[in-house]
Amino acid sequence: MTNKDQYKVGKEPFYQAQSDEVELYEAAYAARLPVMVKGPTGCGKSRFVEYMAWKLNKPLITVACNEDMTASDLVGRYLLDANGTRWLDGPLTTAARIGAICYLDEIVEARQDTTVVIHPLTDHRRTLPLDKKGELIEAHPDFQLVISYNPGYQSLMKDLKQSTKQRFVGFDFDYPAASVEAEILGKETGIEVSLAAQLVRIGQAARNLKGHGLDEGISTRLLVYAATLIKGGVEARAACRMALVRPITDDADIRDTLDHAIDAVFA
Amino acid sequence: MVTPVIEIPADLQSYWTELGCGFPRVAEMFPDCMRNALAKLSAEGVTAYIEHARYLGKMGRGAEPILIFLEEWPDTAEIIGEDSLLDIMSFIHKMSRSPNSKAIAPFLQSLPATARRLPTRDQLSDYLSIALDMMERTTSSVHGIHQTFPSPGLPEMFKHIATLLGQLSLHGLKNWVDYGVRFYNDHPDRQAEYFGLQSADSLAVLQRERHGTLLVDNERRLSLYLRGLWQDEDLLIPYSCAFDELRKPIPYFDKLGIRLPDVYDDAHGLSGLERYRATLAHMMGHRRWSRAIIADNLSPFQRMATEFMEDSRVEWLVMREYPGLRRIFQALHPIPAEDACDPEKESGVRHRLTMLSRAILDAQHPYKNPHIIEFAQRFHALMQQGEASTQAIADMAVSFVARTRLQSDNLPNTHFADTVMDYRDDNRHLWQFIEPDDEDESLKEERKIEPGDEVKGLPPRHYHEWDYNSQSYRPDWVSVYEGLHPQGKASDIDKLLEKHAGLAKRLKKMLDLLKPQDKVRIRYQEEGSELDLDVAIRSLIDYKSGAQPDPRINMSHRNDGRNIAVMLLLDLSESLNEKAAGSQQTILELSQEAVTLLGWAVEKLGDPFAIAGFHSNTRHDVRYLHIKGYSEKWDDEVKARLAAMEASYSTRMGAAMRHAGHYLEKQQADKKLMLILTDGEPADIDSKDGRILIEDAKQAVHELDRQGIYSYCINLDSKADEYVSTIFGKQYTIVDNVAQLPERLPELFISLTK
Repeated sequence: MTNKDQYKVGKEPFYQAQSDEVELYEAAYAARLPVMVKGPTGCGKSRFVEYMAWKLNKPLITVACNEDMTASDLVGRYLLDANGTRWLDGPLTTAARIGAICYLDEIVEARQDTTVVIHPLTDHRRTLPLDKKGELIEAHPDFQLVISYNPGYQSLMKDLKQSTKQRFVGFDFDYPAASVEAEILGKETGIEVSLAAQLVRIGQAARNLKGHGLDEGISTRLLVYAATLIKGGVEARAACRMALVRPITDDADIRDTLDHAIDAVFA
Repeated sequence: MVTPVIEIPADLQSYWTELGCGFPRVAEMFPDCMRNALAKLSAEGVTAYIEHARYLGKMGRGAEPILIFLEEWPDTAEIIGEDSLLDIMSFIHKMSRSPNSKAIAPFLQSLPATARRLPTRDQLSDYLSIALDMMERTTSSVHGIHQTFPSPGLPEMFKHIATLLGQLSLHGLKNWVDYGVRFYNDHPDRQAEYFGLQSADSLAVLQRERHGTLLVDNERRLSLYLRGLWQDEDLLIPYSCAFDELRKPIPYFDKLGIRLPDVYDDAHGLSGLERYRATLAHMMGHRRWSRAIIADNLSPFQRMATEFMEDSRVEWLVMREYPGLRRIFQALHPIPAEDACDPEKESGVRHRLTMLSRAILDAQHPYKNPHIIEFAQRFHALMQQGEASTQAIADMAVSFVARTRLQSDNLPNTHFADTVMDYRDDNRHLWQFIEPDDEDESLKEERKIEPGDEVKGLPPRHYHEWDYNSQSYRPDWVSVYEGLHPQGKASDIDKLLEKHAGLAKRLKKMLDLLKPQDKVRIRYQEEGSELDLDVAIRSLIDYKSGAQPDPRINMSHRNDGRNIAVMLLLDLSESLNEKAAGSQQTILELSQEAVTLLGWAVEKLGDPFAIAGFHSNTRHDVRYLHIKGYSEKWDDEVKARLAAMEASYSTRMGAAMRHAGHYLEKQQADKKLMLILTDGEPADIDSKDGRILIEDAKQAVHELDRQGIYSYCINLDSKADEYVSTIFGKQYTIVDNVAQLPERLPELFISLTK
């Protein structure tokens, strides 16, 4: 049996609830309903899942999905070795066996035929058939499946099938309200609230430009980076340029506008 | 005739004798001018002053030059220094020895204005050399020996030099002058118009050469600024402030959009872009926080005060939002000196309000006036409680006016110095008038368009044309009118196709062979061209472990279609009506057949395809005729247009290519191909220099290249090698035997897109 404790979240992760999502998640978990978390990049989706795993004291297995991922990357496969072959469980199988929360991050990145393997686990059956091995796994009572995706860069090609979507209960995440976001920056990095509010203001300027040359606004995560740099002694403007502007755009006009926003915010 | 005797004061008598001038008008002016000169010039300066004035008086051009010189020089010398006089005089010498001596008076008249703009001797001598160069080039001679006709543009330029130097750097002035000399040298009236800033061309070139930050170049940045920092968007409409010297237009916004000056120079240590942003920030403040109040109950002074203080309020709120703007506002806001306005002589309302505005904006203000200090404090106290409101500000403004009112406020002279804040808008949105305005009535009459006057067809599109002489574009030089080609009988085209049935069959075979280039891998195939290693290993593992192996271990390739958009541009100039060598048919008929076959072939391939023809009758009338559009099928309508193809006029190729390029550019395709079928070099009847249109076409090819459009020329002129390679580099074919064109054109297309 796999060591269950290695997947436990050791220390309490900092998470600032934006509304009643913590209670709702607990209710979903009590019913073992699969959960879908949507929202723009860096708004705290993964942090939320991590926090809930800690709060519920359950192991958490995270899989970052990508285009080349196949069903056997999730379920498991036979490997060749000296004596012939050996079966190796994939992360989804492991989670189902030990009763962990399995978190499939950015699920739309995986191909649609891959995501179908999660179907039997996400309805009343709660089983995972390993056809190659000839085994049917009954999911552990503690097992729960959580997926996340970012509808922001959804293209026609990157969407979930309806049959997949309709197996989950959903949480819609967005960047927190200005005051909450400032509080998050303060607690996460220890900077002063007034400085945090200024950073948030810059973030909002960029978020207004979404769709006008920016695919995504400045995320809370980048704001945390900027705050960390400032806390580490970097001059505020330089830190903002480096952490907030340069990563998100190559467009000279937008860069110029955001640089000006930084100057306008820091008197 | 009795000449009044004018007494020259005794102390100036020696100078007067030395001047030796007999004009009575000069004698009238002399004492004042001389006293001014003695006060402002050094001893040597005075000697030179007299000496050169004497020269001007003896030049034989009347009293005008000497009068202007005596009057203007002492003040001018103060600005640029006395030693510049040598340069100026040598320029005048040259003018007087040419037929241009009439321009001396305007030149002398323009000197003080010039000196203010070009305050160093170096700059002035650069300017003089530009003027000299222009004079020499525009002074015409009949037999090439003597310069006999004066330059028509020179005096005009001197008359407008203040405007010109206000907007152009010396370098820009030089370009502007060059342009005028080059294009209007053989047309005296037009030249005078150009240098008198009368012609559209002249203004367009002026605009291009201006210094400063142009709104058009920064529109996107400013829109992003509005959207990002203010969550607002609106049309930014430039207005010109170049030609309105008396009433400078002020920025404003209304429901149609935001009006901004077309250019901002760097000033007060701020870049033009920052000034634009300050203007927009101020307006955004109004849009967010100002509410219109009723104007009728307030006197003009009370309204003015309300506007000033409301401006301060929105700026205060703007700076609360973005503290970094304080630096910009403080730099732009004037600091009037407290004692600058004399309340005995002029009205100080604006002056007081500006001081109050400064005091509110800047805590380190220098003012001692108790009212100013008190009201600044009251303002801040009000703002500390929240956003306040326009009405609350109006109440405070009314009490400020009441408290500081002076008898002299009604004086006609208003003190304006240092009270203009050019980044603030005109506050027209702030007022609501209950009483109808008398002037409104006259504007309400709707303008009627006379029946029959409606514009037919699309308005022209204007394109630049490249001028190789100056290595620059002539702005909006060519007008392109577009329209649908008239229709003929579609059956004619079908007959042509029948005629070439044999050729069509051969082409069909070539088309079938045409292998599209994009390969796409198809995996999981039982049979295929290659082994897919990943899948094969997985199957082997399955096999070894006793599971059912997947037999689909091969992969194959599929071609993912062609992705080429094609534009065929036909030269429809007069020369196409000639008989082709060794054939009974005209070039036009042969072209028609060739295009028919090509159209048929491309339709078979399914590439997006458009056909258009062009000819030109001077730069004002370039016709661009649609024969087939991208969205049209190869149907009877298109064939009918093709059947009606006619040839006339000339070949202005560059403009047609640019216009065709703007259609092709909008096509979604990986590769874009523009085929140009022509029978001669670009030419037009209004272009004397044949190279201009060739170089322009070459430039058009470069532009297309930059847009990702591959242009290719099929030329029917057997002597074309030289110019066609200049224009198209290596991207051309010459079809010597025109009779073969119907065969060659589709073949060429096929080989190009293979």
